[in-house]
Amino acid sequence: MRYAAPETIEKACHLLASEQGLARVLAGGTDLLVQIKTDVLDPVLVVDIKHIAEVRSITNDAKGWHIGAAVTGAELKEHAALRAAWPGVVEAANLIGSTQVQGRATMGGNLCNGSPAADSVPALIAAGAMALIAGPNGRRELPVEDVMTGVRKLALTKGEIITGFRLPARPKHGGDAYLRFIPRTEMDIAVVGCGVALAIDDKGVCTAARMSLGAVAARPLLVADAANALVGTKVDASALDKLAAAASAACRPIDDKRGTKDFRIKVAGVLARRTAQFALDRAHGKTTQTH
Amino acid sequence: MQDKVQSPMSSEFSVIGTRPIRPDGVDKVTGRARFGADLNLPGQLTGLVLRSPHAHARIKSIDTTAAAALAGVKAVVTRKDFIEQPDGTSAFGEGTLNLHDVISTVLAGDKVLFAGHPVAAVAATSREIAKQALKLIKVDYEVLPHVIDVDEAMAPGAPLLHAGMITQGVTPAPTTPSNIAKRIDIGLGDVDAGFKAADVIIERSFKTAAVHQGYIEPHACIATVSEDGQAELWVSTQGHWIVRMLCAKLLGWDINRIKVTAAEIGGGFGGKTVVYLEPLSLLLSQKARRPVKMVMSREEVMRASGPTSAASMTIKIGATKDGRITAGEALLKFQAGMAPGSPVGPGCMCAFAPYDIANIKVVGYDVVSNRPKVAAYRAPGAPISEYAVESVIDELAGKLGLDPIEFRLKNAAKQGTKAAYGPKFGPVGMVEALEAAKASAHWRSPLGKNQGRGIAAGFWFNIGGETTVSLVLNEDGTLGLTAGTPDIGGLRASLCMMASEELKVPLEKIRVQIGDTNQLGYNFLTGGSRSTFSSGMATVEAARDIKREAIKRAAKLWELPEEAVEWDAASGAVRPAGPNAGKHKPMTLVDIAKIAGKTGGPIVGYSRLNAHGAAPSFAAHIADVEVDPETGKVSVVRYTAIQDAGRAIHPSYVEGQYQGGVAQGIGWALNEEYIYGQDGQLQNAGFLDYRIPVASDLPMLDTIIIEVPNPAHPYGVRGVGETCIVPPLAAVSNAVSRATGIRFAELPMSPPKVLAALDAARANGAAKI
Amino acid sequence: MAKHHVVTTVNGDPVEFLCESGETLLDVLRNQLNMTGTKEGCSTGDCGACSVTVDGRLVCSCLMLGVEAAGKKIGTIEGLASGDKLHPLQQKFLEHAALQCGVCTPGVLVAAKALLEKHPDPTETEVRYWLAGNLCRCTGYDKIIRAVMDAAKDMRSGRHAG
Repeated sequence: MRYAAPETIEKACHLLASEQGLARVLAGGTDLLVQIKTDVLDPVLVVDIKHIAEVRSITNDAKGWHIGAAVTGAELKEHAALRAAWPGVVEAANLIGSTQVQGRATMGGNLCNGSPAADSVPALIAAGAMALIAGPNGRRELPVEDVMTGVRKLALTKGEIITGFRLPARPKHGGDAYLRFIPRTEMDIAVVGCGVALAIDDKGVCTAARMSLGAVAARPLLVADAANALVGTKVDASALDKLAAAASAACRPIDDKRGTKDFRIKVAGVLARRTAQFALDRAHGKTTQTH
Repeated sequence: MQDKVQSPMSSEFSVIGTRPIRPDGVDKVTGRARFGADLNLPGQLTGLVLRSPHAHARIKSIDTTAAAALAGVKAVVTRKDFIEQPDGTSAFGEGTLNLHDVISTVLAGDKVLFAGHPVAAVAATSREIAKQALKLIKVDYEVLPHVIDVDEAMAPGAPLLHAGMITQGVTPAPTTPSNIAKRIDIGLGDVDAGFKAADVIIERSFKTAAVHQGYIEPHACIATVSEDGQAELWVSTQGHWIVRMLCAKLLGWDINRIKVTAAEIGGGFGGKTVVYLEPLSLLLSQKARRPVKMVMSREEVMRASGPTSAASMTIKIGATKDGRITAGEALLKFQAGMAPGSPVGPGCMCAFAPYDIANIKVVGYDVVSNRPKVAAYRAPGAPISEYAVESVIDELAGKLGLDPIEFRLKNAAKQGTKAAYGPKFGPVGMVEALEAAKASAHWRSPLGKNQGRGIAAGFWFNIGGETTVSLVLNEDGTLGLTAGTPDIGGLRASLCMMASEELKVPLEKIRVQIGDTNQLGYNFLTGGSRSTFSSGMATVEAARDIKREAIKRAAKLWELPEEAVEWDAASGAVRPAGPNAGKHKPMTLVDIAKIAGKTGGPIVGYSRLNAHGAAPSFAAHIADVEVDPETGKVSVVRYTAIQDAGRAIHPSYVEGQYQGGVAQGIGWALNEEYIYGQDGQLQNAGFLDYRIPVASDLPMLDTIIIEVPNPAHPYGVRGVGETCIVPPLAAVSNAVSRATGIRFAELPMSPPKVLAALDAARANGAAKI
Repeated sequence: MAKHHVVTTVNGDPVEFLCESGETLLDVLRNQLNMTGTKEGCSTGDCGACSVTVDGRLVCSCLMLGVEAAGKKIGTIEGLASGDKLHPLQQKFLEHAALQCGVCTPGVLVAAKALLEKHPDPTETEVRYWLAGNLCRCTGYDKIIRAVMDAAKDMRSGRHAG
């Protein structure tokens, strides 16, 4: 295995595109190194992108936020303004693994690992994030929900890298949240994950809503019916019931060592309700902690 | 809860019962302590093991030619390199020993019996080369049908692991082989009459999953065999004399060819009482003529080192309306893994041991299946059977409308109670523990929404066994103590404290080491809650040996008969026994050390004994849980462990044992389990999905130490390390049952199971939440 | 492929080593630099026994390549005490009997130090969540939590200044 640490995106894309054997991007490495260690992957080249300034920075302007793909969970958490704008996204990223893992793990890596249970992905999808992609043929953007096409499968072509994410500015009365269900309190992979972002008007009526579920299908889902359930309501009990039903209906889960189909379908509804309530509280300006 | 030691007699000691800093502590907080994988030797090779990908298969051939030819590969071994062993059992420690099974665990014979079963080992100049070599070993397998579950393994027509296995303990002996290795029968009184006298009878079946000891340090060792055949082995083990004996037998060597040094050990809980890598590293080293280091990966630890049994059980208990238990009956089926040796024996013996019941019948089955051979795990067998019994006891109390502590108190074992497994108990602390539970602030505290409180009792025998200790009085009066039971959780501190108490020598003047197998006579292992009991007893004996010698030396100096000199326990000095003996200034051990040379030479206290009189430890635990009614997730929100220590030498480490046992028991109750796929492969061979409790999963774990001294130990020690893992399974399960209104009878109570049970109960109006 | 020549700093000392691309920082620390205080419990980032700091940031050294250490400041358990003066956390772990077998202890201490540098006054819950990635199988965590809280208290009051 060879290791390269280019300082420009172009160089990184070129290295990846021109490698005949298996090449992998190294960001935080918290998935990649485990897969190498356990012989799941045997790349001949890893390209460490952390020496590229662009993928390591967080910036914002009137239109919104740019978060580099290789910004770590710990760095996201320390960014007070980002945390205030998109607390659900930051919290989701901070649920990945331990404090130690937070020191390394990135949202770019979380997405590109291609796991349906990735914690930050439903939060990004709910927030309406765009994935910024660079490749040998230039740059493009994709909605985050379109990046994963299946388990360990991405809509990226050879040589393409996720360089970062673009998030809109937080709506005036907007709020987001991410909750997951795990058997323990920490250190587990999500059995179900749920991200909700919503906005309300001055009267408290929901004007926009997006919900995404993780670990209930081959890839994180954007639940289209979520908006139908919430928009135009004050996100009251009956609206939350509809949202929960929409969440459960959207699930196409499997039985595995982490949970059963039935369990995932039921808990998706429970989490949808709870997550939306957190998002709503935040939209109302309350400062809340999800965990 | 650091000050709750309930003892009428603690004040008689000056050192025992205090909380000094352990002598090996600084090395362990600075990273200096050397654990199993921390030693390297010049010229060492890396040893790796090739493991079976199949749960059950016949090995048609193994071709190691290509691997052996690979540059950098220095040795390859398979089963053929080991001598054949007799297939028969003999009593050993807390279980039995069958050398044929031991070697078959180290390396497969003509069949692989579980996924992960070792089939060959290599030693090479680097890890990478060793990995490559493993890939070059060609094994031709004929895959056979496998069986994982204990009930399925007992069913007629199940895939047979051992063609010649005829169930022992059944008369007449069966004529056809099965996976049932042994049947055990234990009884007392007449259960039929007992159940006839009962007003209420509850019978319920239970299942528990296999769980792993979960020590953080993987198995590790380094071996070197010199050109003249002398072998040294440095290993993380609970018993280095055991390792030496097993390796010598498997290799066919004289025992004195092997010196084993116990590294600092990163947790064992019973799992490091057997050999896996050690014989391989010795043989590879002998073949390669270089040191060979072997370290398991976490995945190897989970797939191929001993978990404890999964079990299937049925319990039936009857009681009168006024709360007297009239009979108890248990059927226990324990899965042993690939070879016999589940802890169903102690499981049977412990099942009803916390109670004084006149009529008991217990039947146990030891059943093989295509899993790794089980190893001891903290009170082997007891948590499983006592969980089932304590669940039924709790349900009975509910049905009789009795307080669960009062019901237990009414039936508690006490001095004179005859246990179903034979003996009559001496002074024991079951009643004291239950009374302390009843009096605790915890028991009287209010519960919140969706919460429930459970209580459970627990019992473990504790053991003694062969022990050697030496205590050297140095020229300056300092003392050097050498013990032979590895220190896993503060043993050195406890031994120094007992020596200090006995000799009135300040703690800092006593240094202690765990000796290697050449430095002492035989020591049985650290296990069975025996090391503070047995090595403590031997330490006190060795200290008394020093006192006797000090008297002799002073008598010689003073030209008095020995009877005219005595040891003054208050000052820690020898003095004339009375006014008739003349006026001599008392001599401390510092004074005695100075005259050792001219009065007969070096002074060494020595004790070699088989420690008898180990006494059982009883416990009562209280658990509060909160159940999320929508997800089925159970959180333990408050916990109190109450246990009889006999005597808490170093109370902090006694509390630590209680707390550690509780945490493991909570893991067993809620989330830990071996999960197998249809293919017979372990699905969760790592700390990610084998879910041991993490810091945020647990509350503070309160402890109350009861002291009902063990009369057979000079300081009353019982041993505390194992009983504490027994009650949590039922305490948590009983708490969940009381919170939800649903009786749970299967572990772990993982969220999908709890939610499914809640939903089913809600459908017929039976759920409380 | 030739090995990488890495120049870095470990516990304030300049260090150079050669490593293969695939070697982790944990491999390098233990096998090349003979710094065996950092323990290997799983190699998959699930146990925390290999915790170190990199430029002050707590990480699992098994989840980082050795070559990535170039130019960084690595902190390990061997750098916690200064000379014969134990770090307050080390002292409190001894006083509270917060270790039994001791194999998780180096990782727990490195993690706890990183916590107290960032949050000098953590709640019990914060300590528990911060240390959730440090598995301990012996203690049930009770005494570990007490020791960390007590050390934090002493450090805040300056009782362990210097």
